[in-house]
Amino acid sequence: MASDTQENLFTAVPDAQGHFGPYGGKFVAETLMAALSELETLYRKLAADPGFQRELDMDLAHYVGRPSPLYEAVRWSDEIGGARIFLKREDLNHTGAHKINNCIGQALLAKHMGKKRVIAETGAGQHGVATATIAARLGLECQVFMGEDDIHRQALNVYRMKLLGAQVIPVTSGSRTLKDAMNEAMRDWVTNVDDTFYIIGTVAGPHPYPMLVRDFQCVIGREARAQSLQQTGRLPDALVACVGGGSNAIGLFHPFLDDESVAMYGVEAAGHGLSTNQHAAPLTTGTPGVLHGNRTYLMQDADGQIMHTHSISAGLDYPGVGPEHAWLKDLGRVSYVVADDDEALQAFHTLTRVEGIMPALESSHALAYAEKLAAGMTAQQMIVVNLSGRGDKDIHTVAQIDGIGI
Amino acid sequence: MSRIAGRFAQLAAQGRTALIPYIVAGDPGLDVTVKLMHALVDSGADIIEVGVPFSDPMAEGPVIQLAHERALANGTSLRNVLALVQEFRQSDKDTPVLLMGYANPVEHMGYAAFADAAAQADVDALLTVDIPPEEVEDVHVQLRRVGMDNIFLVAPTTPDERVARIVGQASGFVYYVALKGVTGAGNLDTEDVARHVELIKKHCELPVAVGFGIKDAASARSVAAVADGVVVGSALVNSMARAIESGGDHEAALAAASALLAEIRQGIDSTA
Repeated sequence: MASDTQENLFTAVPDAQGHFGPYGGKFVAETLMAALSELETLYRKLAADPGFQRELDMDLAHYVGRPSPLYEAVRWSDEIGGARIFLKREDLNHTGAHKINNCIGQALLAKHMGKKRVIAETGAGQHGVATATIAARLGLECQVFMGEDDIHRQALNVYRMKLLGAQVIPVTSGSRTLKDAMNEAMRDWVTNVDDTFYIIGTVAGPHPYPMLVRDFQCVIGREARAQSLQQTGRLPDALVACVGGGSNAIGLFHPFLDDESVAMYGVEAAGHGLSTNQHAAPLTTGTPGVLHGNRTYLMQDADGQIMHTHSISAGLDYPGVGPEHAWLKDLGRVSYVVADDDEALQAFHTLTRVEGIMPALESSHALAYAEKLAAGMTAQQMIVVNLSGRGDKDIHTVAQIDGIGI
Repeated sequence: MSRIAGRFAQLAAQGRTALIPYIVAGDPGLDVTVKLMHALVDSGADIIEVGVPFSDPMAEGPVIQLAHERALANGTSLRNVLALVQEFRQSDKDTPVLLMGYANPVEHMGYAAFADAAAQADVDALLTVDIPPEEVEDVHVQLRRVGMDNIFLVAPTTPDERVARIVGQASGFVYYVALKGVTGAGNLDTEDVARHVELIKKHCELPVAVGFGIKDAASARSVAAVADGVVVGSALVNSMARAIESGGDHEAALAAASALLAEIRQGIDSTA
């Protein structure tokens, strides 16, 4: 019975009001409340509809290319000399990251709701590209909000979105990064709520988004669990994933939450270092508060103003985090740790050199921590790292840091 | 009777509509806010809505977003805002003051600590844009404890049965958001506003004030014909920003805001 209680603790969230313990909820202006209710009602209906699940599974198999492999990085593991490291290859998905898993799901919801237009916020541009991709396929009008600073950092993805027929709208308010893009997307949604579906890219935002994005991303963990059993005959000892908003991490972790033997590490971006205040590690250094429709850990100052963040990876450069991670932190089920810019860069180079796999800078944070973790474990133990995206988009950033002009 | 209820009752007896200007505390400068509040009263304000600046004002259009950014750059915090109201009260004990802002600065101070400090500063009410009735209980309890009104929003998208639930918790007045969008946007559909005000009034005895999209004397007049109060925000904030952009100082900004408000007051009163 003890395990039943535990099971309920982890899997019975969110509650009917969208709360994960004290976190989550619906903190939005009244104008959006009806749209959120409508979305929740439809989602609960479709989630229980085998026809919808079939439609989703078909797309995941034939459009995204799932299941993604669980690849054992033998040379890298040997070089470290500790646990066996397996990479969940979300970088091999169509569009090059885990983001498409969620976009397909939400775009199908938009189609069922009869919405003609989708909007999205994006940081690194991966979610923007995934949204633009699915909008192209379904013939939906698509506008993507992106902070002006990120537009410069991720020029390649900006051009990809334009090629896909989406309009990229630069956001010049606030810190000109992901959080401001999300503000602007919310403002657009409140204005065009009748005909527009807002495809949120991470497990944040008002209920039901943290729940439905999680559900769509759980395909990662379900596959990884089955693949572990099939390929090694056992469950991994540890899971590692990077955490910005936290969608790839929750997708990997959630299907393992009831497996008590599996340790979990969510890796936040320590930027220039935790002591510098130039980082993006709200779970590690922040306090609870309310932003973007939910209560969660935030990087905020003494007056409750949201602080500017820094990470080398645009996708982790966010002052909040999904409310379910806040809850899992408080419960102690997941350990939240950090990797800084330099460690991530080094991991980027190592994996590229040793395995011939170029990881996204976001995923490189998970790799950097996995390297440390593996070194302290035995060769009989096993780690699964979520390789959430591929690194092509970051080549300019890396080259610039290495002093190479391309 | 709360100061807000008293003010609405007094206006109703005179057959007048409440004029509610919105300003952001600390914009254009921390030292001008109290003076501006007094000037707005002199120009015909019945209730003053003071915006508490926030780094991520999700419901605001570009004009008020910039005002929040300026106010924060001037060092304005929730504590400053409360101190400003306290200063205003030294020479005006009659005009109700409503704070409008976002959940996080209030939550960060702590709802109980905020309620105590706000009551101490003699603030009359709080409106938090991003706390709907579903999440309001914690703050509601504290406001009630110190006798402050909690102002709720009703939107054009609010279903009928939900209106009843919202106004059941409200006190002071009900704030009807006149359009789908952010502050300062779009054009008003007066007939739609009238329909919603009527719907709200079916469910409660409270006065209904209307905001979002009221730009000038003409739009204020058409809304005043169907509502108990008219909120003017972006137009006022913009008048100050433009005065400063064209080389004026804080005095010039204050004069511009006062002139605009006086004009709107005249527009409203001409419906009578």
